Amino acid sequence: MPKYLIKKIFTLGMLLFLVSWIIFSVLFILPGDPAQIILGIHATPETLANLRSELGLDQPFLVQYADWIGGTLSGLGSRSIHYDIPVFDLILSRLAVTGPLALMAMLIAVVISLPLGIFAARHQNRAGDISVMTFTQMGLATPEFWLGILLILFFSIKLGLFPAGGFPGWMTDFKGSFTSLLLPAFALGVVRASILTRVTRSSVLDVLQEDYIRTARAKGLRERTVMYVHALRNALIPVLTILGLQMGQLLAGAIIIENVFYLPGLGRLVFQAIGQRDLPVVREIVLFMAAAVVIVHFLVDLAYAFIDPRIRLER
Amino acid sequence: MKKHLRNFNFRCGVVLTAVVVLSAAVSLFWTPYEANTMDPRHRLEAPSFRHLLGTDQYGRDIMSRVMVGAVNSIVVGLATVAIGMLAGVALGLVAAYFGKWADESIMRFSDLLFGFPAVLTAILISAIWGPSVGNVMVAIGIFYIPVFARLTRAVALTLWGREFIDAARASGSSEWTITVRHVLPNLMSPLMVQATIQFAVAILAEAGLSYLGLGTQPPHASWGRMLYEAQTFMEISPWMSIFPGIAIAWTVLGFNLLGDGIRDNLDPYML
Repeated sequence: MPKYLIKKIFTLGMLLFLVSWIIFSVLFILPGDPAQIILGIHATPETLANLRSELGLDQPFLVQYADWIGGTLSGLGSRSIHYDIPVFDLILSRLAVTGPLALMAMLIAVVISLPLGIFAARHQNRAGDISVMTFTQMGLATPEFWLGILLILFFSIKLGLFPAGGFPGWMTDFKGSFTSLLLPAFALGVVRASILTRVTRSSVLDVLQEDYIRTARAKGLRERTVMYVHALRNALIPVLTILGLQMGQLLAGAIIIENVFYLPGLGRLVFQAIGQRDLPVVREIVLFMAAAVVIVHFLVDLAYAFIDPRIRLER
Repeated sequence: MKKHLRNFNFRCGVVLTAVVVLSAAVSLFWTPYEANTMDPRHRLEAPSFRHLLGTDQYGRDIMSRVMVGAVNSIVVGLATVAIGMLAGVALGLVAAYFGKWADESIMRFSDLLFGFPAVLTAILISAIWGPSVGNVMVAIGIFYIPVFARLTRAVALTLWGREFIDAARASGSSEWTITVRHVLPNLMSPLMVQATIQFAVAILAEAGLSYLGLGTQPPHASWGRMLYEAQTFMEISPWMSIFPGIAIAWTVLGFNLLGDGIRDNLDPYML
């Protein structure tokens, strides 16, 4: 295990380095001078040059990259051009919206998909299974943001049960904040649930064909015990993996859904930052999201190796 | 073809996608109204016999715009799949054939790309080159490269071990000839299935990005952009936010079912 772990951590480090390198160099070649953006079109060449050297923009590429990575790792990082506060603080404050939103969406997805998937597997090729599968096909085809719009149309405009958008903030109004996340989380969760339901179904079906399930049944155990004690435990491994791998899609979905519901999260921040040409913010958030995805994948890999020794012994 | 049609998924997929492709084709020659022509006297009208799906805030006919939007979606789907497939298949073949460090570096590269959701790539790209539908195609297409590379590599690896490859080699074919004549044709069916599914994913992704304003630019009709514009008028004219969404879901469902159907028909154990 230690050898496997070291190898994995090394790969993780390399991946994170490459991700940061790509993001930095892609934005480095960007036309447009950040100093010009900050000072506006009426700036004199002297003030421009001063600000450039202050921001380190006159340094060579490698020095700028090293400065940036050093700053990001120490948590000081770059400052937002538009808000004039450290991007790190900005990300932290916006994470208070995106984090709970993603968690709630995951939770909703799991709560919907596990029972549905198990149900479909137990009624394989019968009416129940077919209707569940039809539901998942619909879910896969529905864009999250459109589902969000439909939810607003029905629950906010027609019934007036939920706010149509906006976010009061956890400190000022906890309950209000929670309810304003419910509809967007549901929109995100239902689409994830469609994928997870299909994975759960096929995984349970796979496990049910194993010999030890036949043995358990032959022992005379009740079907319920076979299912929940013996089958489900193993069937959940692939489900957990997919759940982890869905992380990237979930973040991507959050960017769009936050804009549908006007939630002040990371997605809305990065989207506005593009409009404001606030490059430090774009760079830091894209790095943050990509790193989050890479790290989650790494954890999924580790968890998998921990559960199934065959993986870490390979090679 | 007859055998194919017995499959329920495939049948539904064919019907759904045929409707989309047909209305896209028709819209090239004819739409009920000119899709971009504004008519301020008839703005925000509810569906009626004159405007089957109603009109938008500029009085443009929504039916016409949905039809034109189909062309946009199909073009994005084709272009992204083409980008992903060309680069991905080439990389996958190289990885499978050369193995060792070529394989390792190509696979790690595709891991890296997997870390970037298409939306993030698109955000980066549009931060650099500005928003446009072409940039969206590149962003989604790049994201598809690892998908096709992995699939190609996996299938090609099993193919290279098969007897008919040995036979071709024994009969004096060069490695290049074997790749083009024997490996590629056998890759076609799994690639077809994957391409159909990625086509559907691309339509969803383009709709999302256009909704954010990063994709198709106004006044051109795109389903995602129509939904964005509709949101402002949700309370007074809800139909504006319903029909473009149905069009997206319809198309994506169609291509998903088509992909599933082809896969079931080809070989249930293939993937």
